[in-house]
Amino acid sequence: MDEVVIYAVVSMAGLGTAAAVILYFIAQKFKVIEDPRIDEVEEALPAANCGACGLAGCRAFAEAIVKNESLEDMNCPVGGNEVMEEVAGIMGLEAEQKDPLVAVVRCNGSKTNAPQKVIYDGPNTCQFAHALSAGESGCPNGCLGCGDCEESCDFDAIHMNPKTDLPEVVEENCTACNACVEACPRDIIELRPQGKKGKRTYISCVNTEKGGPAKKHCSVACIGCGKCVTACPFDAITMENNLAYIDPHKCKNCRLCVPICPTNAILEDNHPEMSEKIVEKAKENLKKQTEKKKKAAKEKDNEG
Amino acid sequence: MKTLKTFKLGGIHPQEYKIAADQPIEVLPIPKTVDIPVAQNLGAPSKVVVKKGDQVKTGQLIAKGEAFISANVHASVSGKVKKVDDVLDASGYKRPAVTIQAEGDEWEEDIDTSGEIKKEITASQQEIVDKIQEKGIVGLGGATFPSHVKLKVPEGKTAEYLIINGVECEPFLTSDHRLMVEKGEELMVGIEILKKGLGVEKVLIGIENNKPDAIKHLSEIAAQYNNIEVHALKVKYPQGGEKQLIKALLGREVPSGKLPIEVGCVVNNVGTAYAVYEAVQKNKPLIERVVTVTGKKLEKPSNLQVRIGTPVKDLIDKAGGLPGDTGKVVNGGPMMGKALTSLEAPIVKGTSGVIVFPEEEANRPPLKSCIRCGKCVAACPMGLEPLYLAQLSEKELWERAEENLIMDCIECGSCHYTCPSGRPLLDYIRVGKTNVGQMIKNRGN
Repeated sequence: MDEVVIYAVVSMAGLGTAAAVILYFIAQKFKVIEDPRIDEVEEALPAANCGACGLAGCRAFAEAIVKNESLEDMNCPVGGNEVMEEVAGIMGLEAEQKDPLVAVVRCNGSKTNAPQKVIYDGPNTCQFAHALSAGESGCPNGCLGCGDCEESCDFDAIHMNPKTDLPEVVEENCTACNACVEACPRDIIELRPQGKKGKRTYISCVNTEKGGPAKKHCSVACIGCGKCVTACPFDAITMENNLAYIDPHKCKNCRLCVPICPTNAILEDNHPEMSEKIVEKAKENLKKQTEKKKKAAKEKDNEG
Repeated sequence: MKTLKTFKLGGIHPQEYKIAADQPIEVLPIPKTVDIPVAQNLGAPSKVVVKKGDQVKTGQLIAKGEAFISANVHASVSGKVKKVDDVLDASGYKRPAVTIQAEGDEWEEDIDTSGEIKKEITASQQEIVDKIQEKGIVGLGGATFPSHVKLKVPEGKTAEYLIINGVECEPFLTSDHRLMVEKGEELMVGIEILKKGLGVEKVLIGIENNKPDAIKHLSEIAAQYNNIEVHALKVKYPQGGEKQLIKALLGREVPSGKLPIEVGCVVNNVGTAYAVYEAVQKNKPLIERVVTVTGKKLEKPSNLQVRIGTPVKDLIDKAGGLPGDTGKVVNGGPMMGKALTSLEAPIVKGTSGVIVFPEEEANRPPLKSCIRCGKCVAACPMGLEPLYLAQLSEKELWERAEENLIMDCIECGSCHYTCPSGRPLLDYIRVGKTNVGQMIKNRGN
């Protein structure tokens, strides 16, 4: 009886040892040496796995940085400069300072501004509404109001307002991950620099039609009159396809373009209320800039 | 009784509502202004050759088709070019168009405007093809495929049959029906021209059995010609699809992704045959067509001969004006047509009908979940599985949609019609087709 027990114990112990030896050699042979910095970098990242960096999640981002030994074109918009500095510290590199961005909805075609003219009763997503119709107000560029952007947001940062049927961005939550920008089939949402104290000035319209038809669809459409382009003392505003665009890097938030827009298509975020003084100043500025630019054009003509 | 031919796979039987079937074709007076879109055909848009302020005559070339698959566009009225700009078309989107302010009705001199029927065909095969190209003839069944391209049989293929499509399977529409009844003689000459242009011997005309007067009339005229057979077909939607029609008439099946020429057939609509007659015998470009204006509540449903570019509003006014309870105006047939966003939209070469629906019939039923009953699969005349295609499209799985042959869909709408849950299957599939088509195109480049 004892013998049986001994045999069993000895044979099992032998098998175990043999297996351990084999496993040891195999483990040695197939050993993967991983840079420990990958784990460190990953630890520093926000672990949102949102893909905003353009890679498949935080791990992939960390691997790419360590592999390339460089931070060029690599940015985690969710973590911002703080996280990128930490990552740079781990890697022993210099982090590039980037302006923090925020999503901005460039359409103000609410129910009152752009009244509904036809009914769209197809599948209730923007992607389909865009492919199958021109939109309920008739504006071929404006917000369709089906909320694909809200659906795409992982951070609870963009919501449809049922009163206006337009999306609204919750600034504190927005990480500028680009998901809503990609979800919008009409390129209405843009990532713009947050600006000092969150102050931003932008054209809240993407309609490229001529003035008449644009105004017919929506009372706050950019009609391409070019007043703001003339008025801007910093040459920050350009006009293309009947649509003005404010370059956020050139804009100094002087607000002189806002009151002169005939359709109130220029919106400003987080500025104090518009005062009479600024309105007066804007009018004067427009006169001054018009003369100045006329003169410059004349001189150019003479030279030519 | 002899059983009538039809296609086997799928198909549905919607109510016919051919209200305007007995209304003779009336000529609509020339509108004040016409908006003529320059992209009126499948394929590349045409290049505008007139400018603002030009005086044009009726029938003058205003846009030239330069790509292989594109067609010329002609002025449909005489007068002054008011602008060359984007106008709202039937889809609700802006498209480039030429707007002409009508002044009188002065035709180009070389166009024969007499009503006399010219039967003798003097043009040679090449001349026929060139004439059809020059006069901007496109398929008038709705797809607007340039007709001259169809007549150029690709190398290595032979055309055996010319099939003339007089099926008009869409409910409500009667424009082809009236054309067959009233312009039978001219139509037959047009068929002879197409026959010569294509170099085929045998012609089959397919007409659904709900148009006995057209079948009788055309059979009588066809007896004077060689090798033209008129076939009565069992009523079933979408028999007017060319693949379904070939299957019904000859029992041949066009392979997936291929054109009818693969099985030796070329299909042309009766409207196209009539336009070909006018182009070759009368030198007249495609500047007008027959459009059905109909609707259950409409005072005077009619078939109107309309200049291309006429606003839809003019047609409805002629038919007694828009009824007060109108919910939707559809451009095209009720199965495949699209709702109009504005009555200012112009009639184009592909517009076969304008249908006015009352409010209670205009709205779609509330959307419910798919219950996997398989009715759409049974109804699909192409043997596809619309429920899965719609799902793949909804989830943006374009590669898998392509594997499941989404591009074979002929957009007949039978799936949507049968769905007990009211799912807009065709909407999903149309978007899927656009995306998959784009994907295939990008792959080619």
